[in-house]
Amino acid sequence: MKPGLPLLWRRTKERYNLIGSKCESCGTHYMPGRAVCPKCRRKGKLVEHKFSGKGRIYSYTVVRVAPEGYEYFVPYVLAIINLDEGAKITGQIVDADPDKIEVGQKVEMVFRKIHEDNPEGLITYGFKFKLAD
Amino acid sequence: MKKVAVVGVGMSKFGELWDYNLRDLVVQAGVEAIRDANLEGSEIQALYGGTMASGRLIGQEHISALIADAMGLNPIPATRVEGACASGSLAFRNAYFAIASGAYDTVVVGGVEKMTDASTAEAVTALGGAGDQEWELLQGATFPGLYALMARRHMLEYGTTEEMLAAASVKNHANAVHNKYAQFRREITIDDVLNSKKVADPLKVLDCSPITDGAAAVILMDLDKAKQHTDNYVEIVASAQASDTLALHDRESLTEIRATKIAASEAYKQAGIGPEKIGVAEVHDCFTIAEVMAVEDLGFFKKGEGGKATLDGETKIGGKIAVNTSGGLKACGHPVGATGVKQIVEVAWQLRGQAEGRQIDGVEYGLTHNVGGSGATAVVHILKRR
Repeated sequence: MKPGLPLLWRRTKERYNLIGSKCESCGTHYMPGRAVCPKCRRKGKLVEHKFSGKGRIYSYTVVRVAPEGYEYFVPYVLAIINLDEGAKITGQIVDADPDKIEVGQKVEMVFRKIHEDNPEGLITYGFKFKLAD
Repeated sequence: MKKVAVVGVGMSKFGELWDYNLRDLVVQAGVEAIRDANLEGSEIQALYGGTMASGRLIGQEHISALIADAMGLNPIPATRVEGACASGSLAFRNAYFAIASGAYDTVVVGGVEKMTDASTAEAVTALGGAGDQEWELLQGATFPGLYALMARRHMLEYGTTEEMLAAASVKNHANAVHNKYAQFRREITIDDVLNSKKVADPLKVLDCSPITDGAAAVILMDLDKAKQHTDNYVEIVASAQASDTLALHDRESLTEIRATKIAASEAYKQAGIGPEKIGVAEVHDCFTIAEVMAVEDLGFFKKGEGGKATLDGETKIGGKIAVNTSGGLKACGHPVGATGVKQIVEVAWQLRGQAEGRQIDGVEYGLTHNVGGSGATAVVHILKRR
């Protein structure tokens, strides 16, 4: 996908700083944030929550055939991260040998380039993850 | 609710069909279905069309009106239904409701996708629309990647192996040899799959369904009217659908499609039978891991045993339950909007004893299972022999 500027701009809070939400009624964390808690619905009370950025690899794959705009990164590790607060998100694991990734490894968020339209186009930034010590 | 029957089915060839445009394909399928139903055309009162991404793939929206026009069915109401790769089943289900409600007695469903006019990269990007663009695709996810994430967990939690996954593809290719409409009519081996190019580990090219052009059509009729009209009908005894989170990461489990389990449970309840009564099933094998999870989630095998059952041949023709006799999405092809309708066509042929070299003997109940995206939509239908 080729994201437009407004789409990226209106979500910089989530993308740059991993700010999602937490339901004060049931304690569930959501990333990205939600306006409605699916568990509590009308009884839910959602407030902003800044995630620590720490978590563990829940599942991963090595993407070798990339969508348009991501060819530059191939092969890259795509993972579902189980954040320490409980929410799961999809992100890339960087600065690591794809052959040495394992489910359960500790990771932490880093701020990286996500996507580039073309040399003169828009550059998208956001969160990726690296293995934690 | 009124009872509903399928009285006519048809499909175009599935494949890379550079000689035909979307109109040609849907007319080929539609004409065959109307002829098969022994109708003239003027009896049809409404049309439901299933297409996922025609706007992205060929720049054409408003597909339902296009189909009605091309088929010479104006001025009947024509409605497009979209649910990613489950669009065809959703169109079928809406047509079913249109008759069950008593609004109409004869309705046509057309599913179509013209995919190969676009480049592979454009098609892959268009299909990505079935996932969560902002929180999966923008992060670099691809559809093979999302199913690979499920495969990894299934392997970890249940000991499923790459050979077990490959066995689904090998079996579907073997079935497609007997289907003259199929895209790939040639056998492959487990080694062929294991040695094919890696796409998103652990999935290889031969674990993935292809990009396909094709169309399928069925005619539905009020059951009482169908009984007067023909001896060649099959009854729809269940129609069920469920949804789940759009993004895969928001699900508690990655080793099941929860929407499939919920839709299947509802479908078995409607039909008044259990999974052991199903003799043939067309399931959504967009990737091999999807078929392994489907045969578990539909209740044919226990959770975690789908891979072994597939490798042991229990889902072959002549096995415990024949799965994807058409060749499935993998070998018959996957023109996304057409797939759900094609599944109905294949099961109807099986129940009518017209499945040629891949016919299952004495099959009474058949099931179709169609998934949208990584499982945010699942649709299950059960059909019964006359």
